[in-house]
Formats: sequence, C-alpha cells, structure tokens
Amino acid sequence: MNLRGIFAIYHFEMSRMFRTVSQSIASPVLSTALYFIVFGSAIGSKIENIEGINYTSFLVPGLIMLTILNQSVSNASFGIYFPKFSGTIYEILSAPISPIEITCGYVLAAASKSVLVGLIILMTSTFFIEITVLHPFWMLLFLILMSITFSLFGFIIGIWANDFQKIQLIPSFILTPLTFLGGSFYSIGMLPDFWQKISYINPIVYLISSFRWSFYGNSDVSVVVSISATLFFLVLCMVFVSWIFKTGYKIKA
Amino acid sequence: MIAIDIKNLNKSYENGLKALKNINLSVKSGEIFALLGPNGAGKSTLINIICGISKKTSGQVTIFGKDNILDYKFTRSKIGLVPQEIATDSFEKVINTLKFSRGLFNKVQSDEYLDFILKSLNLVTKKNNQIRTLSGGMKRRVMIAKALSHEPKILFLDEPTAGVDVNLRKTLWNFLNKLKKNGVTIFLTTHYIEEAENIADRIGIINNGEIIITENKKKLIEKLGEKKIIITINSSHNNIAYITKKYQLKKNKNKLSYIYNSKKNVDLSASLLSDLVKSSIKIDDIEIEKSNLEEIFLNMVEK
Repeated sequence: MNLRGIFAIYHFEMSRMFRTVSQSIASPVLSTALYFIVFGSAIGSKIENIEGINYTSFLVPGLIMLTILNQSVSNASFGIYFPKFSGTIYEILSAPISPIEITCGYVLAAASKSVLVGLIILMTSTFFIEITVLHPFWMLLFLILMSITFSLFGFIIGIWANDFQKIQLIPSFILTPLTFLGGSFYSIGMLPDFWQKISYINPIVYLISSFRWSFYGNSDVSVVVSISATLFFLVLCMVFVSWIFKTGYKIKA
Repeated sequence: MIAIDIKNLNKSYENGLKALKNINLSVKSGEIFALLGPNGAGKSTLINIICGISKKTSGQVTIFGKDNILDYKFTRSKIGLVPQEIATDSFEKVINTLKFSRGLFNKVQSDEYLDFILKSLNLVTKKNNQIRTLSGGMKRRVMIAKALSHEPKILFLDEPTAGVDVNLRKTLWNFLNKLKKNGVTIFLTTHYIEEAENIADRIGIINNGEIIITENKKKLIEKLGEKKIIITINSSHNNIAYITKKYQLKKNKNKLSYIYNSKKNVDLSASLLSDLVKSSIKIDDIEIEKSNLEEIFLNMVEK
C-alpha cells in the first residue's frame, strides 16, 4: 500500500486549507454564528421548546450537520476538480498509487476539514447557549461518518464536473434544499402528516435525526435506521467511485 | 536490457479518430530516444498511454518487462514524466511540490536528494519561492525536478524545451546527458530537430499515428540523407558536357553539383572525380554537404 502517496495528497490538501483559513474555517464559522444570532437568539426566543429542548439548543446539531455536509462536498469536489482543471492531475494518474489510495487521500482530507469545522462550530455555539452532549462517542462517530460519506459524494461530483458551475450545481440545487427540509431547523414531527411522509424520502432527515439523538437522546426516526441509511449511502458512494476509476470515467481519455 | 517495449499498440477515440496505429517500438535501457513528429501525430498520446494517463485500445506496453497495466505500481515507480503543458500548483512552494511528488511515488523524503536536483537545475535559490513567482523557464525546470524527485529509471519529456530560450535549452541538454550517464533512459518528443540531432542516440519519426521509422541517429542521417558534392573547377573542357550528362550534375558557372541519395542511387562520386582528373580538369575546391535531420524529417512527413 502506498501510504506515503496517501499522506502526500492528504498533506497537500490540508496545507491548502491552512493557506486559505478565512475561506475554509472563518467563513463557515461566521455563517453559523449568524444563524445562531438570527434564528437562535432573535427568532428562537419567540419559539416554544421542541420536544422539551430549548430552540437555540435544538438548532445546534442541525446547523453543524448543515455546515459539514456542505463543507465535505465542496472540499472534496474542489480538491479533485482543481487538478483536473489545472492539469496537475497528470502527476496523480502517472504515480504508482491505486484508485482507492487516491480516494483515501482526498476524502480523508476533506472529511478532516469538515470534522474540524464541525467541532469549531460546536465550540462557537457554547458562546450562545449551554450545550450538553448526551452521547459524545456517538456524536463524534456520526460527525466522522457523515463527513466521510459526503466527502465521497463530493469527490464523485468533482470527477463528474467539467466546469466550476457544475461543482455548485448539486450542492446548491439538491443538497442545500434537502438539508433545509431535512429538519435542520425544525422537528419532522412538527409537520402535517402528509409532509412528514414526504420528508422520510429525504435521506438527510435520517442523518440530522441521528446526530440530534447523540446530543439530546430524541430523534425523529430510529437511530438504527439512521445509521443503516448513512452506511448504505457510504457504500453506494464507494461503489460508484470504484466504478469511476475502473472505467476511467471523466479522468482518462 | 529493454526499458520500454511497445507491441501492436492502437488507440482509437469514440469519434473514430485513430490516434495510434499498430505501434511497435523498443527503447533500450540508458538510451536517449527522440520521437519526432508534427502536431497531432500521436506523440503525446503515446507517452500518455505508457505513463498511465490515457487508455489504450489494444496492444501491450511493458516497462523493464512488466505490463504497464497489470503491474502499474512497478512500472509507474520507474517512470518520471514531464508533460508538454506547464501544470503546477501556483501557490505551492518549489520544495513542497517536490516533496509532494516524491511522496506520491512512495519514496522516503530525502532533503539531500531534492537539494541535489534543485542544484542540478539551478533552482536552489528559488527553493522556498511560490511557483507562481517563477519565470516560464524556471517553471519548466520545476516540472523536470518534480519528474526526477522520485529517482526514476526512465524519464519521459514531452516537448521539454518548447518556449525555452537557447541557453536554458543547452543547459537542459547537458543535464539530460548527465542523467544518461547515470543510467537513466530518456524518451523525449520534440519539435526541434536540432534537439534530437544534438542529444538523441536513436530517433523515431511518427506521422498520422504511425511510426514511419526508428533508427540510430547517425545511421538515419546516412541512410536517408542526401550528400551533395560541390566541385569548383578552374578550367573548362570539352568533356564537361559529357561528364555533366553522365553524372546528372548541376552546373552553375564553375561549380558542379553532384547529389547522391543512398536510397535512390549508387555513390558515383569517386568515379566522377576520377573522370575529372582524367580529363585534365583542374579542381580548385571540393565541398561536401550532408542533409540534416530537419530535411529528412520534412521529406518523410510530407510524403
């Protein structure tokens, strides 16, 4: 196994993050802080407790999930798309490094950045509200698992995209709406029956629900179903990535 | 030992374009092989397939006896590639990009070796500069340094001196010769015939996806080149008209030109000189001009 090759990609990607700290870390932290101020402190004070949880506290897991899903997808898609765009992909393709090793390098770097941002947001939220995490182990596990899964998804988008517009297409038109409608800011139980049923089609519901469970012990759907859904999506992305490398889809002429 | 062995290699694109047609080629270890060809002839496609960047349609490529697909980790570890386009991470420092390349090829980091490469390519003072601050020629050298960072046994250079000034070109030629002395096999494509003529041991010419010829450089020039003998005579003689006709000479004032092409005719230069002497024609000067690689190349690809 080419561990040095994986580390080279990982290190390169992490260095890129630290070179662009304002974009990689400061920007998502600022956006989240604004969410806390507007939805938590200003509007949240007028909203009743949800499932016995203060609304601002209720927001925390949803906001973290909203940010890490977007960060994972954008970091991983940009990470692999940019070498394609600049031509530096030649070096990766001509190196003795297997497709799975390449994927590991990019996906682990993107996921690390997301986990880091997620933890920074969690710390930031303590400035606005007192946070208790009921199941810290599960919280961390979900954070890592979902960061990896969506980094893989972003990696696929980065390979598929042949211009910068396409990189934004799926996150803007699919991922963000699904996250907003997936219970980031509300409980699915607050919706009328019909919309509740529709919501259960949305895979993001399961992710946010399980993540919120790790904080407060409450969830819209069974935790086992949530974990299974996350793992299913992870495996699906892995299968798709291996197909991409096997066929050379959008990478090799 | 054969470093690169290509057998019946074909490459077709979905639009039906046949980029490579039944390529058969071997390059010996420690040799400098130059592949000449016009734009779109298939030079880069061939390199990209060998290095794993493009897919072949059929055929086989082996590097030191191992298949470049089945044993890609082995074959790629032996290869360094300098692509045609300058493609670097502009915001990265020179030393960091070399470390990245070395790591990618699963080599333990060695500051000593990377410093040696930087010194050899006159880049040591730019070691900690961001690549975007370097000139075009320096970026080209960074590309070469990256390709050499993992100590490859075969170096592929796709038009390495395109857009590079004469001094740098000569520096690179000297450097390539040093690499050759250290046992590195060099496969380069070039537009500059002068480049191939100066540094290559063997030359291949590719046109429309087909290799027209591969030959030792000197032999190629001898085999395909024309030799022109220009004889300046001092006196005229009745026999001149006869000799001119017999040897199909071109006459320009007191200069007689005899053109000999080994492919087309037998060398009669000795007989011509003998006839001139026998006819008591005084010879003032004899010049011999050999056609260069550029003329041979143009001759072949324009057919």
